[in-house]
Amino acid sequence: MKLKNILLTTGAALIAAPMAFAQDMADSMTLVSWGGAYQKSQIDAYSDPYKAMHEGLEVVWDESSNEAVAKLRAMNEAGNITWDLVDVVASDAIRLCDEGLAMEYDPDELLAPAPDGTPASEDFGDLIVSDCFIPQIVYSTTFGYRTDLVGDTPPSTVCDVFDLEKYPGKRSLEKRPINNMEWALYCDGVAKDEIYDVLETEEGQARAFAKLDTIKDDVIWWSAGADTPQLLADGEVVMGSTYNGRLFSLIEEQKQPVAMLWDMQVFDLDGWIIPTGLSDERLARVKDFVYYATDTQRLADQAKYISYGPARASSAPLVGKHAELGIEMGPHMPTDPANAKNTLLYNYEWWADYRDDLDAKFQSWLAQ
Amino acid sequence: MSDATDTGPVLAADGRPLKRSLQRALRAEKLRALALIAPLLIFILVTFIAPIADMLFRSVENEIVSDTLPRTTLALDGWDHKSGQIPSEDVFAAFTYDLVAAAERKQHTRLGTRLNYEMTGISSLFRKTGRRVDDFGELYMDQFVDLDPAWVEPATWVTLFADPAWISSFEDWQAGDRKDATRPQPLFVASDTLGTILPETTDSYTEFARVAQTVNADSPLEETPWAPVYEALYRDLSRADSAAIAALEGPARTLLAPAQAAVAGFRTETLSDLYIDVDKDWGDPEVWATIQAFTPKYTAGYFLNAVDLQQTADGIAVQPEDQRIYFLLFKRTMFMSMMIMGSCVLLGYPIAYLLSNLSLRASNLLLILVLLPFWASLLVRTSAWKVLLQQQGVINDVLVWLGLVDDGHRLVMINNQFGTIVAMTHILLPFMILPLYSVMKTIPHTYVRAAKSLGATNWTAFWRVYFPQSVPGIGAGCILVFILSIGYYITPELVGGTTGTFISNRIAYHISSSLNWGLAAALGAILLAVVLILYWAYDRLVGIDNVSLG
Repeated sequence: MKLKNILLTTGAALIAAPMAFAQDMADSMTLVSWGGAYQKSQIDAYSDPYKAMHEGLEVVWDESSNEAVAKLRAMNEAGNITWDLVDVVASDAIRLCDEGLAMEYDPDELLAPAPDGTPASEDFGDLIVSDCFIPQIVYSTTFGYRTDLVGDTPPSTVCDVFDLEKYPGKRSLEKRPINNMEWALYCDGVAKDEIYDVLETEEGQARAFAKLDTIKDDVIWWSAGADTPQLLADGEVVMGSTYNGRLFSLIEEQKQPVAMLWDMQVFDLDGWIIPTGLSDERLARVKDFVYYATDTQRLADQAKYISYGPARASSAPLVGKHAELGIEMGPHMPTDPANAKNTLLYNYEWWADYRDDLDAKFQSWLAQ
Repeated sequence: MSDATDTGPVLAADGRPLKRSLQRALRAEKLRALALIAPLLIFILVTFIAPIADMLFRSVENEIVSDTLPRTTLALDGWDHKSGQIPSEDVFAAFTYDLVAAAERKQHTRLGTRLNYEMTGISSLFRKTGRRVDDFGELYMDQFVDLDPAWVEPATWVTLFADPAWISSFEDWQAGDRKDATRPQPLFVASDTLGTILPETTDSYTEFARVAQTVNADSPLEETPWAPVYEALYRDLSRADSAAIAALEGPARTLLAPAQAAVAGFRTETLSDLYIDVDKDWGDPEVWATIQAFTPKYTAGYFLNAVDLQQTADGIAVQPEDQRIYFLLFKRTMFMSMMIMGSCVLLGYPIAYLLSNLSLRASNLLLILVLLPFWASLLVRTSAWKVLLQQQGVINDVLVWLGLVDDGHRLVMINNQFGTIVAMTHILLPFMILPLYSVMKTIPHTYVRAAKSLGATNWTAFWRVYFPQSVPGIGAGCILVFILSIGYYITPELVGGTTGTFISNRIAYHISSSLNWGLAAALGAILLAVVLILYWAYDRLVGIDNVSLG
């Protein structure tokens, strides 16, 4: 009798334990990111250590961040959200928040404080650009140039991109108005803090297009982040814009004769959003993961694998050496003081308004 | 003959009329046939026809404006955008009640995005204003509360405006198990008594109570209304008939009569000024004209945009010249698809001819070579063309090495129309060769020999005898290649540069990037219509019966 009782209770406990676990937190989650080296850095820095702490947890990665906004909207319409956490750029996070597709959160409740006790909302500071956006990294769109094709005086300012006499040859620019319009106006003599005011006017837009017209015939337009590194490696272009992490791997990992031109790099943010409409268990799991994956040490860890700056102020001093190359990562961060002498912060609010309009103009300008 | 008239209809073996029994047998057979194809039919309907129809429907659907701003839609009816004036306070009040509820439901930014397609700047205008709109009316709220602290009590509002039957059913619901799905929460119902005297207040309080219940899961019995409800109360009381209020009974009279007496002495503010204070754009009649122009449930706006026109408050206008792009892209898509189709015919015809005239062994081997590219991914094949055609690429290198091209003037063969045509011809060539081959296989060699024996030259024998028989294959190949190519977007995106992109690239952009699905649907519908028209024209000119896929 006694033995039977014991057996019964242990059995019940054994069955009950995983069930209780399942009720609190889901035992699988689907994370969405950009693929490539960036996603690998997230797996190494966040999800693998987290999985090691939670046995039996299944983590599925999806490489759909590129079309996350459209897919989330479609999922929402179908009433079946299959993603738990999505990595998006800040402008997409704002749009998802606007559409009610991303969940609003309270930074001090969801995110860990810094080791010295600074609350998360202060540690991340202004980088929380939307009520739904959980910042992760600061990256920049900047130029790289072929050191062997630019002669004895390498380019030193972004305006050298527009100087065909000094630096003949093709350049690659992204096939969208964002960043290009700003650089064009800046090099046409507009002061940095007036760029968006000028760009708001018809004349300002015409001015930016006129400046871009001067190099239009020598531009190869890219739409994937990997294009410029490839074009630089092939010698198809003399200089080109892309994300700083891509240039880092081209220069340091693939040892190509390419150097960075940090002048007027455009800072942008990338981070997580939690889709709306998750069940309680899934939400509990995701919150637990986000708390872990965005703490000070984890964000600093990610910089071991890729040269993007951690979004927390408290992570910056902890950035160490590259995991495989063993070089100091600090000087390769876009936020490093030596690199960030002259920078521009992407104006999310402004582009949310003008994106459709300017994109139509830009495409029409390109097609002519 | 006379027998038949005597015995009536012909009977089957079982004694029933033969006609009916035959019909029954046929019907059963038809049903069986239908049942056999039913899975396929349902599959096609569900996975193919229905999604396409749904997507195309988005090109005219525009319910978001009138759903999100129902009161504004009504109020704007009487406003004439040509007056050059901003709408009246009534419109601003209606807009405030709509916007505060929409902001609470998080629909205002979605609407802002929708209207931003039509007028730049509305997106941030809505986002900015949505953050502030729940303060509008605070001035009156304070004055009402100063007058009688009861106005801040949720209970006051509930007694005045709620239907007693609703209160009791809501209290019942609260007392029970709230998670029980079989007992839905009873939504707020307003009482009739004040509906005619204070229409705006009743309406906006109802909206508030329902939003509190559904969005915030709060009880209206415990929540003080948001400030715009006080705005409504002020507006109603300053217009209400004092005799009607005097005729009320109980708490309604004791609260409302002194309030009505006091509102004349209230400090006032105009709503339009509050809005213009948030953003000066609210003082621009153009913004209101845009909202007004898009209040109908269905719109031609997306289709107009898709052909470089735009819908404005004054009717249809042409897009500014620097934004016209779609007509150009449609034209280019058609032109380049024709070019690709033409080069596929030119290249594919000789190959198919060769294939059909070789021995079976040799032709099978060659056929494998034709099919070989299918084994590699589309992206790989496209990227291979990049490596070949780019300025530092294989072809240019060879030409420079041969001395045919000067190193400083390497040929530009990619990131333009040429690159797209080359890469797509390569990718689509098998779709031309296969139908051609299968038709040519069936043309007897004896015909050409007969023609020659009758004195025809090689050319005449080919052109007058062989070629006409191969036309069905050309027709099938052309239709396949043309229709496939106008829908292509990955290859043009990768090798097309700026001049070699198709309309499908813009459709993809609007689906996945700008999220303007309505415009994407309109562009897609136009593309579909163009294909159908071309198909019809082809049928009239060549005859679709002359197409053979083998």
